[in-house]
This record gives sequence, structure tokens and C-alpha cells, in this order.
Amino acid sequence: MNVLCFVDPGDELSLQALGFARGLGDVRAVAFDGPYQPAAWAKALAAEPADAVVAAGSDRGNELLAHVAARLDRPFAANVTAIEGETVTRLRWGGSLLEEARLHGSPLILSVAPHAHPAAEPGAVETLNAPDDGSPRVLERIEDSGFGVSLREAKVVVGGGRGVGSAAGFAVLEELADLLGGAVGCSRVVTSAGWRPHTDQVGQTGTKISADLYVACGISGATQHVAGAKGARKILAVNNDPEAPILAVADYAVIGDLHEVVPAISDELRKARA
Amino acid sequence: MRILVCVKRVPLTGGRMVLTPDAQSIETKHLGFTISPHEECAVEEAVRIVEAAGGEVVALTLGPAEAEEQLRDCMAIGADRGILLQTDGRDRDAQATAAAVVDAVRAEEPFDLLLFGNESADAAGYQVGIRVATALGLPVVTGLKKLEVQGDRVRCERDVGGARDVYEAPLPAVLTVLEGLNLPRYPSVPGRLRAKSKPLAIVEAAPAEPRLEQLRLLVPEGQGKRAEILGEGPEAAPRVVEVLRALGVA
Repeated sequence: MNVLCFVDPGDELSLQALGFARGLGDVRAVAFDGPYQPAAWAKALAAEPADAVVAAGSDRGNELLAHVAARLDRPFAANVTAIEGETVTRLRWGGSLLEEARLHGSPLILSVAPHAHPAAEPGAVETLNAPDDGSPRVLERIEDSGFGVSLREAKVVVGGGRGVGSAAGFAVLEELADLLGGAVGCSRVVTSAGWRPHTDQVGQTGTKISADLYVACGISGATQHVAGAKGARKILAVNNDPEAPILAVADYAVIGDLHEVVPAISDELRKARA
Repeated sequence: MRILVCVKRVPLTGGRMVLTPDAQSIETKHLGFTISPHEECAVEEAVRIVEAAGGEVVALTLGPAEAEEQLRDCMAIGADRGILLQTDGRDRDAQATAAAVVDAVRAEEPFDLLLFGNESADAAGYQVGIRVATALGLPVVTGLKKLEVQGDRVRCERDVGGARDVYEAPLPAVLTVLEGLNLPRYPSVPGRLRAKSKPLAIVEAAPAEPRLEQLRLLVPEGQGKRAEILGEGPEAAPRVVEVLRALGVA
């Protein structure tokens, strides 16, 4: 099988997609020069002969393949974790559920779910030419972001949910996060209530964290939230409900009122450091 | 400005996914339904643009008869009317969904903006907006956390991990947005009452053969572990600090 694989230079997820693609057949890795212009790049990709077109399940990978599929009028399976023949397994609900589905027609167009396959050596990457067709392209990059990078990269995230009770209630979480050199996160309920900005939201429609430790305080553990939290290496839940669903995904738990437990942990940390 | 906003009815899943015995869908007997989160922000944005510039917001969904509830929700926060592309309840794949939306757009043209969520909460195909734009020959920008209509153009910003990429598109355009674009308002009681009498058109959606054919759903492994209980109340703090030190984070 001839596989065309889009590679976004420097993107770890692209190298994972490349590894996945090599399992399908002979891979031709391709990239583009110049400012990102999805419709024009996809036009160039769609013009290349291939039995399968593969990219990372990243913002750009999914976008480009959707354009390729739309242009060729073929189905596109996003965030695939495995493939056998024409049957793919893919993520739904931010990974809370899997779907087995059959891709009809050729070429197979699929993106590879993040962390579903080990990264491969890049090898040779060919640069394709994509003439500017006047479609929207990146005009400018503004380097400072208001969109919460610290949360994505923080080693420790202290998150609060409905149980925190108010915007002011987050003071004890801020204190613990400061002591651990981490960032404060929150659940969707908190954002919707206006207690914290959306940039602090951990979840399927917020930030997906990759911390060494996530401390989930007063968070019940809705799938929406867990989809963004499960990238953490370890999860510690502080919750007054021993039946809360978060305890089925957490590694450790303290049963109790977060307004008492969290300050006690901070005190103990200070004591241990004194 | 005439703006079309496309939304999807999805279950409010809570803490655990339970499947129906045939593994074809989530068991929703005890669940409520909502508008997929990114699209809530799309509706709010459309309403804000029309509040400032005048015009009309049309909310559209493809789904079962019950999806009227989500269109009424859109109307409660300010959409002027709704279009329900009614199915028998079985989910359509992205190609069939886009084809039905394209037909509806052609019947209702012209629009200045067509707004979508970047991906639905449930199927997460990342493609309906792009397919609709391609079929209609319109420019499309996706994954937006900021947009600003400036005359006959729209300026858009997309989060790229610590930075923002700026795009511009001429109107009419298709835009797909992300949660965080705005904070959607909560529907008021008068808004809900007004929504009941706003116009709703119901169009039968023609059956379609799936090209991305769902075979079955699976709950991923690794659910249902039990956390190690470190203690109860503030007395657990010393044990917590031990664990934090063992993990190398304290």
C-alpha cells in the first residue's frame, strides 16, 4: 500500500503518525514550506496518488485531512488508534469511548490519535509545492498567548470543581499550587459559573494536561473533565464523597472537605520544609 | 448580517459511559441532553454579532424530533428561528450530515457567516464545517477562540500552544469555533418564553448510506480502578506529603 503521510516538522505527534503509517505500507513523508494555508496544502495533498493519506490527530493534521476528504468526497476517520483492513478503531468523546468503524472507498484517509503509537525516526521528508490559491492562511503569529500555556506544561496542576463553592474558594488551591510550583485548573462547571477563566479549564473542551501530578479538589469526575485530566501521570482526588466517579480514575484519594484538607496539606508542606 | 449556526444534540454524560446492549450507542435513558459545548459558544457569538450589527440568527440541527429542544435553547438566548433536519434518530456520518446542511443552506441563502463547532462532543469527526465550506466554495477557518467582523471581512485568531495565529477571510465565510470564544449567557425566563413562539421549520432529512460506518462502540480498558485512600479529613495531610515526596513533586 502506498501511504502519503503529512509531517509537521518539529511536531512529536507527526512522528507518531509516521510510525503508524509505516505499519500500513510504503510511506512517502511530505511537508510544505511557507505560511500555513490548509485549503491550498490539502489541494496539493489530494493531487498526489496514494492508497492512504495519514497525518497526526493534531489541530493541523485533522484540519488538513478534513480538507483532503472534502475535496475527494471520501470519508475521513479522525483520531484512529488501530486499523485492520478497512476497519479502524477511533476515539469518541475525547477518548472516553472508542468506536470501531469501516472506512468505505479509497484512499483511506485517517489521522492518528495522540500517543496511540510510538514516534518514529523522521527519515527523508519531501517538500511539496502548494501555490497560494487565495484561501485563508496564517497572516501573523502573535507570540504572547492569552490561552493558558502554563496549564498545559505545568508539572503539577491543582484543580477545583463545583465543591470549591465560589471564586474566593480557590485561594486555598492557589496557595497549594504555589507551594508545589504548579498551576491552578478547574472543571467546566467552574468556568460556566464565571469563577475562573476558560484558560484554566481542564477537560475535553478545555486544556489537556500532562502534569506529573493532578490534584482534583471537589471535582466529581465527569467524563468531560477526565478527558483532559487523564494525561497526568498520577491523580490525587480530594473529595467528601467516597462514591464520586473521580475515585475510579484517581490513584490516590483523601476523603474530606477540601476547604479543610487542602490548607492542611499546605501547612504540612511548609512544616516539612522549615 | 445573516448568520447560520449549526448545533448538535448530545447527551450530558456525567461520570461514566454505559452502552446499550447492542453497543451502538450510549444508554441515555437516565441522561439529559445539551448542545455540544463548542457550538454553545458559536450560538452566543452569532447572537452578539447580530445584537451589535442587526440581522438574523438562524439555528440549524440535524437530529431526531427531540432535537427541537436544542433549537429552542438556541432561540432562548437570542436565535431568531430554527431549522430541524429531522432524522429517524440514528446518527449520520460527517459526509451525510454535511450534505444535508449544504442542501438547507442552498434553500435559505444568502448567509454572511456559517458557524460550526470545531468538533462535536460525541463523534468528534473534525470535518463537517470544512465539508460544507468546500461544497459551497466558501473560505473556512477552523478552531477559533476569537473572531471579529470588520466590514466585509472577518479577522480570526487560533490558539497554537502559547501563541496565536491570525487569519482573515472575506464574507461570506464558514468558521468553526472552540469553547472559550466567549462565556455563553444563561437563558432568561422571558427568553425561554419567547423561544416557544419563534418559528421552527422541520425538514425531513433523506436517508443516507454511511461511508464511515460505525460497527460498534467500546468502553476503553482501565476504567473502574479504585484510588488508594490516603486518609480522611485534614489528618491525612502528613501521608499526602509523603506521597508527594515519593512522586518527586514536593
